[in-house]
Amino acid sequence: MKLTANEQAMLEGKYGAGAALAMEIQVAIGESFDAERMVEITRAHVATSNQEADTWFAEKLLLGGAYCKIRPTVNPGFNLKYFQQISEVAEEDAKMMERTHNTYKGLGAVLTYDCTPYLGSNIPHLGEIIAFSESSATPYVNAVWGARSNREASQSALCAAITGVVPEFGLLLDENRKGDILVRVEADMKSDFEYQLLGFTGKKIGIGVPVFVGLPAKISPEALMNLGAQLNTSGAFGMYHIPGITPEAPTPEVAFGGKKPVREVVITNKDLKEILEYFSPASGTIEFALLGCPLLTISQVRDIALVIENKKLKVPMFVLVNSLTKELAKRMGYLDAIREAGGHLVEDTCMDQPPFWHSFKGKVGVTESPKCAFYMNRREMTYIVRDIETCVEAAIKGEVK
Amino acid sequence: MSQDQNVFKCHKISKGVASGEALVSQDDMNFYMVEPSTGIVVDRGNSIEGRNITGTVLIFRGGKGSSVVMADGLYQLTMTKRAPRAMIIKNPETVLVASAIVMKIPLVDRVDPKFYDTVQDGDLVEVDANQGIITVTRKQA
Repeated sequence: MKLTANEQAMLEGKYGAGAALAMEIQVAIGESFDAERMVEITRAHVATSNQEADTWFAEKLLLGGAYCKIRPTVNPGFNLKYFQQISEVAEEDAKMMERTHNTYKGLGAVLTYDCTPYLGSNIPHLGEIIAFSESSATPYVNAVWGARSNREASQSALCAAITGVVPEFGLLLDENRKGDILVRVEADMKSDFEYQLLGFTGKKIGIGVPVFVGLPAKISPEALMNLGAQLNTSGAFGMYHIPGITPEAPTPEVAFGGKKPVREVVITNKDLKEILEYFSPASGTIEFALLGCPLLTISQVRDIALVIENKKLKVPMFVLVNSLTKELAKRMGYLDAIREAGGHLVEDTCMDQPPFWHSFKGKVGVTESPKCAFYMNRREMTYIVRDIETCVEAAIKGEVK
Repeated sequence: MSQDQNVFKCHKISKGVASGEALVSQDDMNFYMVEPSTGIVVDRGNSIEGRNITGTVLIFRGGKGSSVVMADGLYQLTMTKRAPRAMIIKNPETVLVASAIVMKIPLVDRVDPKFYDTVQDGDLVEVDANQGIITVTRKQA
């Protein structure tokens, strides 16, 4: 790669060991993709997870004197104060969260603790070059906002936030943003939930940039959030096109850049049913409900409040949101509705965190998110996946119909 | 015991030299779906589900899955000494590439297609990412 004098100086340690390490990693990434140069970014989102690897790496940068040139928004760990109020938090878990908080604070991150920055706190404009990690975030900023980000790892996005640049390759370049797989959706996309299932067909869609045709003309932000989250659980998709929604794709022809698709995939009701069956254990009895992967929006919280109002929950239910949504829910009465039923509305918390691993280990729960169900399998939790309303009804009855 | 040795060219992604027994998956991998205490793949439906990746040279299509858990998966496996010694892939994508570089696990791609006709589970494979060379040795009884 050809570096500018300043980038070379950073690599050689003129700005400290942390910045040098960040640049070294980015050069290695750039060289592996044959990038010729670095380009400046204007935004970043780091998928901070409060997991050991992420915090260990961020600490290493901080101890090396790094500070973010482009202050990134960050993903949630867990809300230590909230969980200390309602349960015992093991000392090592509390320490880990404090470590993560202090590390990212020290690096100059904007502590949003939200995995959906593209809906509020960090929205790019068309063509903006940015470094966004997080499953649902990378496809959203590329496909919906028309910005340009590669599918960054949490660590590479943090490096970019520190150096202020990214290697130029992949989705930063026009030619790689065009669609090459035609995905003909023949399934009935009745609600936002079907987009969870559609997203989980990533293995069938295969490697490339899908162009979805046959979808309804109006698609909600929640549906697009679901689609991206699941595409990047079942596969690896930084970019897709939905003609009429993706700014670069007014029509399928433009989405494909005038070329023929290399492959055509048809998604039917049967495909979506198969995904649902993959996440449907034999028994319908559940012991808890965990909603919000990605974090739910105020409109989804309203849906929950409407189902739950004046009812009592039979099993514990946690609804995960960002801090703005929590505040809105408080103002709008949804928080009271959920609390009075016995549920929790918690901000700044990811489902893949110690408070849930400990309390739900070995149990069967219900969630709206295939992503949550898929990853939590490794934590010895079994999840039934259903739409949000069915999840809440299940938490009221203690079973999934 | 006679030995049958083949050498193939490849392209460096993450530097280093390492060797181990080959384990071939036909699928994309997410290292979060490998049990860190045992090295066993728990990704339902993966062609090497239930197999142990500890100390192998792991050969697979590419990475899949979320942008943070990949690194954590590799980190946990490294801490428990259950990580693959090197990785050989067909389709590089940023999350796996960045994770391998951060965790300092040799990773290569663009391997001569004949490699895939030759290599079998259990072959001794040496990956020299720095020189861009893979050596496959078949043990014969």
